[in-house]
Amino acid sequence: MSWVTKTLNSTLGRKLLMALTGLFLILFLVVHLAGNLQLLAGDGGEAFNIYAQGMAVNPLIRGVSIINFILILVHIVYAILLTQHNKKARPIEYAVTNPSANSSWASRNMGILGTVILIFLLVHLRGFWYRLKFGSPDKVNIDGVEYDNAFIIVEEAFKNPFYAGFYVLSMVFLAFHLYHGFGSAFQTIGLNHKKYSPLIKKVGIGFAILVPALFALIPIVLYIQSL
Amino acid sequence: MNLTLKIWRQKNQSDKGGFKEYKVTGISEDMSFLEMLDVLNEEMSEKGEDPVHFDHDCREGICGTCSLFINGRPHGPQQTTTCQLHMRSFKDGDSITIEPWRAKPFPVVKDLVVDRGAFDRIIQAGGYVSVNTGGVPDANEIAIPKIIADEAFDSATCIGCGACVAACKNGSAMLFVSAKISQLALLPQGQVERRERAEKMIAQMDAEGFGACSNTGACSAECPKEIRQSNIARMNREYYAASVVTENV
Repeated sequence: MSWVTKTLNSTLGRKLLMALTGLFLILFLVVHLAGNLQLLAGDGGEAFNIYAQGMAVNPLIRGVSIINFILILVHIVYAILLTQHNKKARPIEYAVTNPSANSSWASRNMGILGTVILIFLLVHLRGFWYRLKFGSPDKVNIDGVEYDNAFIIVEEAFKNPFYAGFYVLSMVFLAFHLYHGFGSAFQTIGLNHKKYSPLIKKVGIGFAILVPALFALIPIVLYIQSL
Repeated sequence: MNLTLKIWRQKNQSDKGGFKEYKVTGISEDMSFLEMLDVLNEEMSEKGEDPVHFDHDCREGICGTCSLFINGRPHGPQQTTTCQLHMRSFKDGDSITIEPWRAKPFPVVKDLVVDRGAFDRIIQAGGYVSVNTGGVPDANEIAIPKIIADEAFDSATCIGCGACVAACKNGSAMLFVSAKISQLALLPQGQVERRERAEKMIAQMDAEGFGACSNTGACSAECPKEIRQSNIARMNREYYAASVVTENV
C-alpha cells in the first residue's frame, strides 16, 4: 500500500489528515456539549450522572472514545510535522512583514491556538476524566441505582474562580481555532463551491462562536451558583 | 519625493547579505517603483558603485519577472506587479524596506534577484499537454462551455511571479501549482494527462521544498492576477482523485 503512505505523506495528504481529523473533532465537540449542558439542568446533577455513567459503560461509546483519542493524536502529530516542514520552507525570515494586510490572525496562528487547546485538554482530562476513570469518585443513589457522582467533581472544580476562568479563557482560544479551522477543513478536502462555500463560512463562524460560548457558560453558571 | 530605502544587498548565493540604506531625491509620483530604483541605480553607476540588482522584464504587468518584497508585502501595498506599482502609493519622506522573495526553493542569486527555477521544474514535471502535430484543427471542433472557458482562462492568467510563495507564511506554492493544474484540468485538451499531471506536479512541488497550505488566503490577496482559492480546492480534489484512480502503485 505504498501509494497510500505516499499520498498521506505529501503536503496535500498531511493537510487532508488535518482536515478530516479536525472535522471529526468538530462533531465530537457537538456531542460533548450536548452531554455537558445537562450540568445546567438544575436537578442536582441527576441527569448528568446518569448520562456520564451511560457513556462510560456503553461499548460503542468506549470504542468511539478510543478512536477520538487516536484522532486527536493524529491531529497533533501532523500539525507538528507540517509546522516543521513549513518552517524549513523559509529558512531566512523577512525583516519587515505586514501579514494583517492579507490574512486573518486566527489563520496564521492555528499552531499557537492549538497548543493552548492541548494544554487545556491535558488539564481537563486530569481534572475530570482521570479522576472518574482512575480515582475513587463519590457514589450517589438515584432511584435505587448507584452512580459515580461526576456532577460533584465538576461542581467542586468550578468553585475555584481561577479554574473556571481558565476554562472560559480556553474556550476563547477554541473559538479562534474553530473560526479558521471549520471553513479551512472544507477547503482542504476540496469543497469550494459558489453555492455552498458562503454557507459553510457562515455556519463555521456561527459554530465557532456558539459552541465555545455554551461550553464556557457551564463554568460561569456553576461558579455563580457556588457563591 | 524624497525617500529612504533599506535594500537587501547580497553579493552572491553564498554571501550572508544584509540591509543597506540609500536616499533618493526628486522622485516623481508618476514613476513606477522600478523606475524609482532605476534612478537610484543610475546615481550609483555614476559614482562607480555596484547598482542594486533586481528582476524586471516587460514592465507591463504581464510577464511576472519583477518581484520585490516591499514594506512587508510582495509587490508592495497594491495588488499588482511591482512594475505597475507607482510612487503615488507612497508619501514624501517614507522609509521603504525592500527584500527579495524569501523561500528555500527561491535562492537569492544577487541582491533582490531570486532563482525561480523551481517553478519551471514543476511545470516540466507535468504542466503541459502533449498534442499531435499536423494540420491546424478547426477552432470550433472542440466545444467548450463559456463558463468553463472563462474559469480556465482565469486560472491561466497566473504569470508565475511567485508572490503567492512570498506572501505565504509557509512559503507554499499551492496557488501557483493549483492555477497551472486547473487551467488544464478544466479543458478537454488537458484530460489525457490529467491524473498523472496532478501527481507529478505535486510530487515536484514537495521535492522543491515548498511549504503546505494553511488556507490563510494571503496568496490570493496578494496575487497580481487575483487567482482564486477555489483553484487550491480543485487541485486537492485532482490530487486525491489521482491518488486513488491512477495505476501508479
